[in-house]
Amino acid sequence: MKLIKRCIERIVETILTAGGMITSVIILLIVIFLFKEGFGLFNSPSVEKGYSLCVNTENPIEKLNPFQIKEIFDYEIDNWKNVGGNDEEIILFRFEELFYRYSDEELGENDEFLSQKLGEIIRATPGIIAYLPTEYLSSDCSGIKVLPEAKISVGDFFGRKEWIPTAIPAPQFGVLPLILGTLWVSIFAIAIALPLGLGVAIYLSELAGEKMRKILKPTIELLAGIPSVVYGFFGLVVLVPLIQKLFHLPVGETAFAGSLILAIMALPTIITVAEDAMQNTPRAMREAGLALGANHWQTIYKVIIPYSVSGISAAVVLGIGRAIGETMAVLMVTGNAAVIPHTIFEPVRTIPATIAAELGEAPSGGAHYQALFMLGCILFLMTILISIAAEVISKNHPQRKGI
Amino acid sequence: MKNFIITALFFLATISAAQAQRIKGSDTVLPLSQKEAENYMKDNSSATIIVTGGGSGVGISALLAGTTDIAQSSRKIKFDEKKKLQEAGKTVKEIIIAYDALAVVVHPSNKVQNLTREQLEGIFTGKITNWKELGGDELEIVPYSRETSSGTYEFFKESVLKNKNYKNGIMSMPATGAIIQSVSQTKGAIGYVGLAYLNKNVKAIHVSYDKGKTFVEPSVTNAKMKTYPIVRPLYYYYLTKDEKAVRSFVDYVLSVNGQKTVQEIGFIAL
Repeated sequence: MKLIKRCIERIVETILTAGGMITSVIILLIVIFLFKEGFGLFNSPSVEKGYSLCVNTENPIEKLNPFQIKEIFDYEIDNWKNVGGNDEEIILFRFEELFYRYSDEELGENDEFLSQKLGEIIRATPGIIAYLPTEYLSSDCSGIKVLPEAKISVGDFFGRKEWIPTAIPAPQFGVLPLILGTLWVSIFAIAIALPLGLGVAIYLSELAGEKMRKILKPTIELLAGIPSVVYGFFGLVVLVPLIQKLFHLPVGETAFAGSLILAIMALPTIITVAEDAMQNTPRAMREAGLALGANHWQTIYKVIIPYSVSGISAAVVLGIGRAIGETMAVLMVTGNAAVIPHTIFEPVRTIPATIAAELGEAPSGGAHYQALFMLGCILFLMTILISIAAEVISKNHPQRKGI
Repeated sequence: MKNFIITALFFLATISAAQAQRIKGSDTVLPLSQKEAENYMKDNSSATIIVTGGGSGVGISALLAGTTDIAQSSRKIKFDEKKKLQEAGKTVKEIIIAYDALAVVVHPSNKVQNLTREQLEGIFTGKITNWKELGGDELEIVPYSRETSSGTYEFFKESVLKNKNYKNGIMSMPATGAIIQSVSQTKGAIGYVGLAYLNKNVKAIHVSYDKGKTFVEPSVTNAKMKTYPIVRPLYYYYLTKDEKAVRSFVDYVLSVNGQKTVQEIGFIAL
């Protein structure tokens, strides 16, 4: 009998260990997958895969960076001398234009004359820049110069300020505004939620009567159960017009609206976790404080808060985690404009909102797709840094050491 | 035994799936296809049609992979997509099933009524920033765009901006409903929505594509008469070899009843 019992215990133990192992391995694999997909970005060409940019050989231009390409195709730069070439007007040629210039018959039934016609056009126009599929570069390459294919650089990715992932031919991946937007919204959300949350937690744990707590706590926990889309919709219809009127802004969809919504969403987490931590202060501790002549308030901030500081920092981390990773509500109220914010009353675009809005149509394996995974990596690193910071803070707290 | 049941179920599922017709692609066309399929199945109780979204590109690549019978699309098939199909030895048939018009909308209190394509381009690429420059009040212009994943975003860029990029850091909203909501509560706002979404909370701009000679109001009649310029066709694509299987449904969509549904959904009948 005893043997069977021990056997069962062993089996249960093995199952639990295996479960733990499998979970850890899966988490690690997810992280590895995330980083593998993300870092593929820096191996992608800065012009769409399979396409090339060609100029006439008479053109002394040797290479163009992605930003110059975008400016040229937006007609912002219209002379070669602005990018270091001759004083000559830039003539754009997109591949589709070929089908306006020539009929299907002229191009042949199976497009066999296509590359020949392309070659003719490029040779005949000295100021041309042509964007075309690499496979149609004619075998006869005289008169055509293919601009060298550059890779998307790390410096451009982290340093540039334009996020236009669908720009053709050179998509612009500048994540700076997105990172700053995310931090901006999260920091203000925490700045609003933390004092409020801790205040409520202290009130609930130490000051409120039994009856009050019994009503308040479930109500606050109920807040955590509201789906984020509902918060987002509430924000768009109620908060956004309110903020616009109150501060006389041209637009109501601002970082502030996002922060406010996130603060409301993070509150229940912060309050419940912090309150639980304070409740766990041993009775002996409180009584010792009171016995030494400290009054109620002194006991709270000299004994209870220091004692429960690790629980409170856990509350903060969970709150920030919620704020940084929240997608739907932010997507609806912040306006999603990829600009570097200077004040809290400007529209911003956050990383999670970008991933959610764009991943659906980004062709899998392409540069845009990889860039979105890279954004996921950045988000992951941000939350990990915050967790580590909180861990360190709670461990090094001097008063905690004394206890 | 268990295995046997699973295999049998699997077989049954594949057989029934072979009889069902699958439509996949553009989210713009999705509500239309759904309604059409519903009505069609009401008339033909033996038919099963499964409609899913995912975007125009998704539909066409599913056609290539053979995981859909009809690809619905809010844009014309691209050159490289056609090329890939050709390489796989497949030819597609293209059917226009309806038209969709985009309306440019502003806040109801805005005095500006007429805009040319060039002015719209200036607004959305960030060259024109104040309504004063367009004959309106001294007020900052706040352009709203859709997210990059939307077919509407692509079409507006192609038709109005002539393939130039939107201004850096334009406000982008996740859905048409959100654009209407934002434009209706922001004084300096301007945005674009499908004709079907127009309502009293926003004002539709009359648009000119001939440098200001004629300004046309966005309406179903004008779009049908081809006088309103920002109109795009909506397509069905299917493989020529599947013609027999899908033709009956496609014919239904093109029939009088089918086109009635087109108008009910808010698109423009052929």
